[in-house]
Amino acid sequence: MTDKSVEERRFPAPLRGQLLFAVIFFVLSLFLLSQIGDQTKWVKKTSFAAQPRFWPMVGILLMTICTGLHLWKLPRRRINIADWREAKKWFAVIEFGIWFFVYVVTVPIIGYLFATLIFMPSLSYRMGYRTRTPLLWSVAFGFGTVVLFKSFLSVKIPGGLIYEYLPSALRSFFILNF
Amino acid sequence: MELLLSAIDVLARWDVLLALTVGSVGGVLIGAIPGVGPAVAIAILLPATFSMDPIVGLTVLLGIYGSSMYGGAIPAILINTPGTAVNALTTYDGYPMTARGEARRALSLAYSASFFGGILSIICLILFAPVLAKIAPLFGSREIFLAALLGIILVVIVHRGRTLIAAALVGFGIFINTIGLEPVKYSKRFTFDQAFLSSGVNLIVVVLGLFAISQAFYLLQSDDEKIRLTKLRGGLFQGLRELARHPRVATVSGSFGVLMGMIPGVGEFTAQFLGYTYAQRTSKRPEDFGRGSSEGLIASETANNAVPAAAMVPLLALGIPGEALTAMMLSVFYVHNVVPGPQLFQNQMDFVVALYIALLILNVMVLVFLLFATNHIIKLIKIPNRFLGVCILTLSFVGVYSLRNSMSDCVIAAVFGLIGFVLKRLSLPVIPIILGMVLGNIMEVKLRAGMARVKTPFDFIDRPVAMILFLLIIMVVILHIRRVIADRKELKEAKWSNKHASTNFGIHLSRRRDYLSTERGKVVRAKHLTSFRQSTDKSSQQ
Repeated sequence: MTDKSVEERRFPAPLRGQLLFAVIFFVLSLFLLSQIGDQTKWVKKTSFAAQPRFWPMVGILLMTICTGLHLWKLPRRRINIADWREAKKWFAVIEFGIWFFVYVVTVPIIGYLFATLIFMPSLSYRMGYRTRTPLLWSVAFGFGTVVLFKSFLSVKIPGGLIYEYLPSALRSFFILNF
Repeated sequence: MELLLSAIDVLARWDVLLALTVGSVGGVLIGAIPGVGPAVAIAILLPATFSMDPIVGLTVLLGIYGSSMYGGAIPAILINTPGTAVNALTTYDGYPMTARGEARRALSLAYSASFFGGILSIICLILFAPVLAKIAPLFGSREIFLAALLGIILVVIVHRGRTLIAAALVGFGIFINTIGLEPVKYSKRFTFDQAFLSSGVNLIVVVLGLFAISQAFYLLQSDDEKIRLTKLRGGLFQGLRELARHPRVATVSGSFGVLMGMIPGVGEFTAQFLGYTYAQRTSKRPEDFGRGSSEGLIASETANNAVPAAAMVPLLALGIPGEALTAMMLSVFYVHNVVPGPQLFQNQMDFVVALYIALLILNVMVLVFLLFATNHIIKLIKIPNRFLGVCILTLSFVGVYSLRNSMSDCVIAAVFGLIGFVLKRLSLPVIPIILGMVLGNIMEVKLRAGMARVKTPFDFIDRPVAMILFLLIIMVVILHIRRVIADRKELKEAKWSNKHASTNFGIHLSRRRDYLSTERGKVVRAKHLTSFRQSTDKSSQQ
């Protein structure tokens, strides 16, 4: 038998991190609420429902009031070690966000094909797939993705800057397909 | 008949048939991989479908939506991990069947039940379409506003125990939708003088962040699991025969799926819950539920597969998406200037019926594909989590970047990816944000249009449909308040019974009794008894 209260046991989600999230969300709501006069306009001779301020106000008020009540009704209102451990996990994910951002930045420079062929195996290697088979799979998947989306479905991804240095016949082929 | 022929004419094109095949096979494969799911796949593919014809693009997406649940049943039954979130209930009875060596039977039953649910739903809706075409024009701006409001309220209250935070997330969605230039007065809202915020936050960017990138983050952060698969032997046709022995359970659960699918914000979970509860209550062997009951499996799979076709009803008839997947499909309509709503039902009924026939064909294709290819599909379950995360992150890039080739979109998507990841870790819902964005936009437009002709507040609900919707909203809110009061009462009682001094004394006594009845306790007691006897002996001797 644990020493959890009835509310804690009945809460339909893991409790770790809930308080931190609710506090951050509440602070964000209060900040947005404080900015509403500055960031939206009240137009004269316009009905209340058609005011540009009306819907942001509805959204932010809903956020503030409901998060405030959620915070008040949370079974545990004291931050403990489990919350900090959870926050650490949230921050750890930023690393993958940086990987994604680097990938996004490199595509217009070295081209979609090369960026993907570098990104896929590098991230796979980082994730612990260091033998030949998964790395080859990652290269194959990357190549397949580029061919499917850029060559067949013709999605709008610009050609890389380095394609400018290719011979003219190859250049247009690469810009169109990779 | 004429309508049917013109609908078939819309579909009789090689690209539509190709889209159907790709959508149905792709959906099954995506559903079979735990951790991907239709939402991620649709979010990634959405921008790619913008260059296609509306019917082709929608067929691909509809194919993924309609067939992913078939595929999702495979890992739910074989490894106790639902392939898509809505297959969670399938694990209750599917996996115990696998554990006792009946994996083939469970899979076959799940396919047959899904097929039945899908077909039942489509037939109902094709028959219902003429009625719907008559009802849809009764919906003006006020009615659509009220229906959207009802959808938002339902989305919030279905998250039992988390309604407050769900409402806050709906508010967040409504707020995100208002960022940028206001379309009537052209005033900036919450742009903080940043150019990239002037055009607003794109729904697809948010969807990709909340579904695809967050899922990639989640998988990248998780551990790989060792999966042992049961080898399937023999055919998979026996399920159809077994399904025929439970027509009542299948029909009622399918009907729940159809009804719940049509109500915005409710969807698969409620349909499954109702179908499963009904099956259990009326079963001759209710004790088997959760331990490998064929009726339980039929109920959950029939109910969830009846939803996709039904969920298209509010989307097509009123332009109101009931959940995240149909919200994504709404953007495909908008991109092609096809505005779903009463006008679509009046003017392009053949297009609507064509979509339903496409769903019908899709169900047949999926069943045939699964009956012959299951042995190969199950290998997909073995793809390691983190590798899958790498793949999803790579694919997410295509979805976000190909929209507007904007770096800021990618950053916004990554931020929403982080938000989605945090929400996933906390088991908080993501769907309220998406529906807040979509329904918030609809409500803003329709309220403005509706209020233009309203003088007193009562004028807003003076039309019959508006009045019915208003009464429904009041009823839903009252029912929710009653449930909250009942929950509070129950909680109070539970707290009282735990904290009362006499109960604590009772717990103490019961612990003491438990201790004394254990082996160690018996030994200690025996020792005490012996020493006590000795002492009495001594006293008697004295």
